[in-house]
Amino acid sequence: MAVLIAASSVAILTTVGIVLSLIFESIQFFRQIPFTDFVFGLHWSPQTAIREDQVGASGAFGAIPLLVGTLLISAIALCVSGPVGLMAAIYLGEYASRRFRATVKPILEALAGIPTVVYGFFAAIVVAPMLRNSGEAIGLEVSSESALAAGLVMGIMTIPFVSSISDDAITAVPESLKEAALGLGSTRSEAIRNVILPAALPGIAGGLLLAASRVIGETMIVVMAAGLAAKLTLNPFEAVTTVTVQIVTLLTGDQEFDSPKTLAAFALGLMLFVVTLALNVTALRIVKAYREQYD
Amino acid sequence: MTEISETQSRVAARLARRHAGEKRFKLLSLGAVWVGLVFLGVLLFTVIGSGHTAFLQTKILLNVTLEETDLGEAGEGGQAQAIAGANYNGVIKRTLRAVFPEARSRSDKRALYRLVSVGAAYEIREAMMEHENPVGTPVAVWVTASDDVDLIIKGTVPRTAPADQRHLSDQQMNWIESLEKTETVKARFNTTFFTSGDSREPELAGVLGGAMGSLYAILVCLAISFPLGVMSAVYLECFAPKNRLTEFIEVNINNLAAVPSIVFGLLGLAIFLNAFMLPRSAPLVGGMVLSLLTLPTIIIAGRAAIKSVPPSVREAALALGASPVQAVFHHVLPLAMPGILTGTIIGTAGALGETAPLLMIGMVAFIVDVPTSVVDPSTVLPVQIFLWSDIPEKAFVERTSAAILVLLSFVCLLNLFAVYLRKRFETRW
Repeated sequence: MAVLIAASSVAILTTVGIVLSLIFESIQFFRQIPFTDFVFGLHWSPQTAIREDQVGASGAFGAIPLLVGTLLISAIALCVSGPVGLMAAIYLGEYASRRFRATVKPILEALAGIPTVVYGFFAAIVVAPMLRNSGEAIGLEVSSESALAAGLVMGIMTIPFVSSISDDAITAVPESLKEAALGLGSTRSEAIRNVILPAALPGIAGGLLLAASRVIGETMIVVMAAGLAAKLTLNPFEAVTTVTVQIVTLLTGDQEFDSPKTLAAFALGLMLFVVTLALNVTALRIVKAYREQYD
Repeated sequence: MTEISETQSRVAARLARRHAGEKRFKLLSLGAVWVGLVFLGVLLFTVIGSGHTAFLQTKILLNVTLEETDLGEAGEGGQAQAIAGANYNGVIKRTLRAVFPEARSRSDKRALYRLVSVGAAYEIREAMMEHENPVGTPVAVWVTASDDVDLIIKGTVPRTAPADQRHLSDQQMNWIESLEKTETVKARFNTTFFTSGDSREPELAGVLGGAMGSLYAILVCLAISFPLGVMSAVYLECFAPKNRLTEFIEVNINNLAAVPSIVFGLLGLAIFLNAFMLPRSAPLVGGMVLSLLTLPTIIIAGRAAIKSVPPSVREAALALGASPVQAVFHHVLPLAMPGILTGTIIGTAGALGETAPLLMIGMVAFIVDVPTSVVDPSTVLPVQIFLWSDIPEKAFVERTSAAILVLLSFVCLLNLFAVYLRKRFETRW
């Protein structure tokens, strides 16, 4: 029995390990770089000097450009996966024949099973050049590593995620509500729009929050398709960088472990952890609170 | 009377609008489904389209004669050592010059030598060492062509492309064509791709190093996460008292399942590498990090599987005198096993495609050797894809796609296996 208890406490240990390692390194980082500089700074260029007299020797660790980039890409992704995922769930749940649903649903879910590095490759090799060429055709300047390419692909990746949660939320709405609406003479789409969706909205919102936390923490697609330059912009055609991209660039390769450059990655990781955790806890609360209404 | 018909006609008009709206809505939602399907199709089509050529590799047939003067020092190993130590670069150059005697000037010769890969010398060496009596007799060997020749022969780069795009001069093209006439250059199945590790030369690069790294990492991952996951699931579902601690564990597990994978990489870097001083780039550490990632999945699936076993099974065992532990381990757990295994396999498929956390712990290095144990430095399949995708050379683009195909087929196989298990052992109580 003691073994069983020990085994299940590994989950706690992992969380404690994450929190401790992130906080410990972050504290070291904030000893060197003031906390306010990190949270409110508008400039990110983590190259610290190798020699004292080097040009641009002082690294700047303002996380705002990274946050804005992350939010921009996430917003694009959610603009894709939100409507598409929801509508796909509606079609599969309300309109599709049983056979269509049985064949298409697993195929759509395969989108979630494809390794993200494959999406990243696809975004970099196919989507980004395509966007640049079509941008050129209509006179828009699209950078070869654009927020749009990464966001679009990430949105596609999260479609099954959104649609399966929306599906749960929609099927949790009691059948009697829908039947009442149909009985009063509304068409199916009217019943869906006016009755089912409002009733399922909290569940769907929770699902979108979960999708958002997934998108914010996604790494490989943005590493391969979004770029490294920390630019403070909301233009989706420009290259932006994200928190996860910077963690990867700061930590790949050999570095000594006490430079602010390495430690900054842990501060970013801590930020990421806190944000996604908050999103998850809120989302799970919403979903749970809502489910209890009808049970 | 007129009033009614007016109302009726209004209703009819409105009804038509409403029905049109209904149709639009239905089409729109169907469109959403198709967006997903079409994207998946385009993705697979692109990867297969650009990757299938990498399964072929152009080889050139050379009739090689090893002369006495090529041999290295005999030493203690006698003839065998002399053959092993022979100057094969010289042998190749001489053979090529014999095939194309018109290459006289230094630059011509250099262009000629560039038709074959730098790995060709090793291939000839191996062929000679297998041969019974190689010295003096001509031996036919298929040697690997260079990547530029390979792309031309396979048609990836059109023959009419300008010289700087195909990286081959007109003269080199002529040589290739004359080789084709004698049927001594051919695209054959690319065994190198499946039997060797990474390389700077695309024609010598293979996925075996990454695949073995993945295998070791997954084995370590399963060895840790499966027992821990099953035990946690059993405890939480069957024995845990309802109190604050167990509730905290539950919330914890659910949250861990949604923590970004890169954060697990940070944990691995800070704790496994820096605190425990485990080796960098080793599948051991990779597997440990992956096990933390898959643990929540296994626990959640395990609990669901255990929950689906009817309580009557356990109660019957208890009534017949089994202890609670016996009831669970002898009766409930075996019945829940298919469900647990399904969850584990799906978790494993996810871990197999995981890239970001492994970058954190240094599995991103350029490693030629195929790892032979869990502590050898190595990379894994998805990281290999990431590394290759960064290389602009055309020959690496097709290899990246081919590596993706290999990875996708492994992931696909695992998922199909999970589906099979679910279908095969599905029980309705």
